[in-house]
Amino acid sequence: MTIRTLLSAAAALALTAGMAQAQVVGFSQIGSESGWRAAETTLTKQQAAERGIDLRFSDAQQRQENQIAAIRSFIAQGVDAILLAPVVATGWDSVLEEAKEADIPVVLLDRQVDSSDDLYLTAVGSDLVHEGQVAGEWLVSAANGEDCRVVELQGTTGSSPAIDRKTGFEQGIAGHDNIQLVRSQTGDFTRAQGKEVMESFLQAENGGKDICALYAHNDDMAVGAIQAIKEAGLQPGEDILVVSIDAVPDIFQAMAAGEANATVELTPNMAGPAFDALAAYWKDGSVPAKFIQTESKLYTPSDDPQAEYERRKDLGY
Amino acid sequence: MQRTLTQLAPQLVTLAAVVLLVWVVFPGFLDIRLVDGRLVGPVIDILKRGAPVALLATGMTLVIATRGIDLSVGTVMAICGAVAAWAIDGGFGLGGALALAIVAGLVAGLWNGTLVAIVGIQPIVATLILMTAGRGIAQLITEGRILTFTHDGFAWLGSGTLLAVPVPAVIWVLTGIAAALLMRRTALGLLVEAVGINRRAAALAGVNATVLLIAVYMASGLCAALAGIITAADIRGADANNAGLWLELDAILAVVIGGNSLLGGRFSVAASLIGAMIIQTIDTGILLAGFPSEYNLVIKAALVLVILVLQSPRFAAEWRTWRAARAEPRPAGQVQEDAP
Amino acid sequence: MLTIRSLTKRFPGTLALDDVRFDLRAGEVHALLGENGAGKSTLIKCLTGAYRPDGGEIRLDGAKIAPRSTSEAQELGIGTVYQEVNLLPNLTVAQNLCFGREPRRAGMIRTRAMTRAAQDMLDPYGLDIDVTRDLGHYSVAIRQIVAIARAVALSGKVLILDEPTASLDAREVKMLFDVVRGLKARGLGIVFVSHFLDQVFDLSDRVTVLRNGRHIVTEDIAALDRLSLIEHMLGHALETEVADHATSHDAVIARPEMLTFRGMGRAGVVGPFDLDVGQGEVVGLAGLLGSGRTESAEYLFGLRSGGTAEDIKGPIPIDTPRKAIAAGFGFAPEDRKTDGIVAELSVRENIALALQARRGWARPMPRAEQQRLARMYIERLDIRTSDAEKAVGDLSGGNQQKVVLARWLAMNPRFLILDEPTRGIDVGAHAEILRLIHELVGEGMSLLVISSELDELIAVADRVIVVRDRAHVAELTGAEIRADTIVRAIARHDEIGEVA
Repeated sequence: MTIRTLLSAAAALALTAGMAQAQVVGFSQIGSESGWRAAETTLTKQQAAERGIDLRFSDAQQRQENQIAAIRSFIAQGVDAILLAPVVATGWDSVLEEAKEADIPVVLLDRQVDSSDDLYLTAVGSDLVHEGQVAGEWLVSAANGEDCRVVELQGTTGSSPAIDRKTGFEQGIAGHDNIQLVRSQTGDFTRAQGKEVMESFLQAENGGKDICALYAHNDDMAVGAIQAIKEAGLQPGEDILVVSIDAVPDIFQAMAAGEANATVELTPNMAGPAFDALAAYWKDGSVPAKFIQTESKLYTPSDDPQAEYERRKDLGY
Repeated sequence: MQRTLTQLAPQLVTLAAVVLLVWVVFPGFLDIRLVDGRLVGPVIDILKRGAPVALLATGMTLVIATRGIDLSVGTVMAICGAVAAWAIDGGFGLGGALALAIVAGLVAGLWNGTLVAIVGIQPIVATLILMTAGRGIAQLITEGRILTFTHDGFAWLGSGTLLAVPVPAVIWVLTGIAAALLMRRTALGLLVEAVGINRRAAALAGVNATVLLIAVYMASGLCAALAGIITAADIRGADANNAGLWLELDAILAVVIGGNSLLGGRFSVAASLIGAMIIQTIDTGILLAGFPSEYNLVIKAALVLVILVLQSPRFAAEWRTWRAARAEPRPAGQVQEDAP
Repeated sequence: MLTIRSLTKRFPGTLALDDVRFDLRAGEVHALLGENGAGKSTLIKCLTGAYRPDGGEIRLDGAKIAPRSTSEAQELGIGTVYQEVNLLPNLTVAQNLCFGREPRRAGMIRTRAMTRAAQDMLDPYGLDIDVTRDLGHYSVAIRQIVAIARAVALSGKVLILDEPTASLDAREVKMLFDVVRGLKARGLGIVFVSHFLDQVFDLSDRVTVLRNGRHIVTEDIAALDRLSLIEHMLGHALETEVADHATSHDAVIARPEMLTFRGMGRAGVVGPFDLDVGQGEVVGLAGLLGSGRTESAEYLFGLRSGGTAEDIKGPIPIDTPRKAIAAGFGFAPEDRKTDGIVAELSVRENIALALQARRGWARPMPRAEQQRLARMYIERLDIRTSDAEKAVGDLSGGNQQKVVLARWLAMNPRFLILDEPTRGIDVGAHAEILRLIHELVGEGMSLLVISSELDELIAVADRVIVVRDRAHVAELTGAEIRADTIVRAIARHDEIGEVA
């Protein structure tokens, strides 16, 4: 009963959409478990609006069955494409096949699935190892050949961002013996833990005088650590260089105050490249590569951090 | 005073042993310096970092004394931190923010206490409800992000100093003293113990067990509110996802390491506070020692296990027997050290 | 078949069984009777291996036995069925019957063989039920019979039925009794514990009565009537005592009325009843266990609500214990351990508890004051403790009771309810408590004393109210207070008997 009502309503919707001649794209989002994800949702809606795309948004509240139901509903509505940020990697085969049979291209956002790659058009995402590498390379140039003792705030022990961002950073500083990773502890990706662990680093390293730089796996831990450095009587950004990853608004505020030196962006704008690829596909059927890597852009104080903060603060971070 | 010290001896000895152990691994552990009018050093960090667990343990001790348990304190921290940050951002001012956060903690305690004392739900289940649901409430307040604020007065509660001592340390010590005095200088301690040991007999003797039970859960909520305020003030933001996460377990552990029985009855707030400091010393010691982070939890668990085994009644009995057996053949006149 | 001689079992502070003897013949139903605390359950626990006796011997078919566990007792031939059936309701009837000895082949349970074995086991009982259904699906009576079938199959000589009929209706009782008679005919010896005297007369061949851990009498049921049975249970040799107490109650003393209770109780629990208590009066409450006497006290103390109370100044609220205490009431409950003492607290703290609760938390009693109070009552009630700081749980039962009494005396109540004040207390303490009751009355305190000990009631009460079948059925005053009148009032069955 309810399904039939839903379907007829959906069909009616599809009809009106068709008359408006706009492309219709369904977006199945995981949920809003973090500020970054909220920003991704906001940006996707913005990008769609800019391109005149009619975006159908569905929040799955962290449940795969909700996502599958949303995709089926999109298929029934006859959308022109589907964006999917999958909550888990497995269990997508049948619903992706249904989309394929209906000739609806699916683009994965920021997470991968374990299904065969002919079931989706492309996947847009960042490369975690590359992010770490960009941070490492920045530090190499910032140290400018002088000796530099680095402390590292890791993400949650065993999580893939923690492992990959550590690996990437080590690749970035490889071959530069002047840069030495002296302490590395987990800060669980949280601001409070970042601060607490940084305090112990400062105690252990001669009140912080022996530390030349901090590398944090995310900005939140860096923000906590910056407070710890200040409370220890040191000047973050000068006495201790701070480089981190994510580019959330708060780190730009710190950067504007001269307390942070660099952040590598994990862009929440996955939808932009996705819509570009879709536009090309709709136009002449050109098939993009199976993985579109977003830019891991490095931001430093020369990038007008105050403006970056203003630009981001309302994205829902 | 003398008697209190004797009662606390096992916990004090354990704390000293843990401090000694960390000092061996990290020789600078006991250094304290005065920098810019504030005391700095690992020990000072422990006093400051241990504040949330020490505060939670204070309330938890009272709840456990009534044969209850409060699993919701970590979540209540997140709610109160979120309320405080929201109120500061909303221009309620420092006083308004603190009042609202504390009221939120008391309301949470009232909810738990009502479920336990009036509805009659098992404490572990009753407080589990708020533990699970509460984080969602906190996220609603912060809208799922870290709610940051800039307010120096509020931030001072987390990272400021009072007479060179970190404010959080001052807050938990004062709260602990207040709780201990309230329990021992009034009749509350006796009444709480009576309800914890035998609620029915206490009620038949005219003790208002229902009101008392609600009151201890509210006290626990108040302590959680203070902990939540400190945590939010410390990072100048309310992190609904992570604030106080799993701290209820550390608080329970502190109460147990403090030698308080989970079956209720006799309790000591001071012993729980020492328990909290033991846990924080272990945590900070692990960070200072510089082991890879994969080992953090294993080391902590191993140390806690050793402490609990050493404190177990059976072990203590064996130890006394062994000592007595050894002490027998000693020649007279030889001085024996007497560990209580 | 089963012979018990000089069985003794000691618990800290009490002698639960004192030189008890008991015989069971093959093919008889032998009822075991006694009030609570008489030693019935201790005797049964010694038989089934739950307790080890401290002295005496148990012989089964002439051979001395000393079971160390229930399963060992079962192997010897002694099976037990309790009121709360000790089977698993979420297993099938067959699984319950064959539990622990399922027919197996190569380690696997043979379900069909088990079903057949179960049906065979139930056959003699005339019970035609589907043994593959869960036990919990069937009524308590059927569960009882299944439990009996299992016990008989496992043991086969002696069957102990401990209050088997407590939750059965009349039809089910009849069904159960038919089964028991069948077993009797097969030559089993059956021990039947029950406090329903009708059923005892209906089913039993012989009766043994225990009181205060002692063997009182063993007699053919035909040789006893209801009255004499109750006399044995409550412990009263009528002839010797009547004269004695008639003198002490020769006049009804007029006392100023202090408290009036109206409409106390609720149908199905007890009453409703009315009660007037005069100043300095001792009201005794007599009745068998389960008659509603404790419930009566619970209404008077606000533990249950129903009814109104009044004194000369007007109505007094007593719908919670706190309000009753505020009105000057006190209550020393029957079960000291669960309702009276706070075991881990010290003697001092236990005595001060009610007083402190009335003062409120904000006005703590100074420690010195508490110590003075504790010292005073330790001396006055002769509480045997090494010092006032000892945990009450470590004292003997009689001293625990004195601590509970001290708690109330410290409150100086106007109306004190004592439920079984002397149960499980040695003789010396018993006398002291009675002396104390007299002393309190002299000071103008009013008392309600509930007791199974008729001697005790007769010795202290100005007026005795008899409770039977959840109602107050008789009130005896002055010279009427004699053991025979009380026993008659308790025993009076459906026919109307004369009350002196």
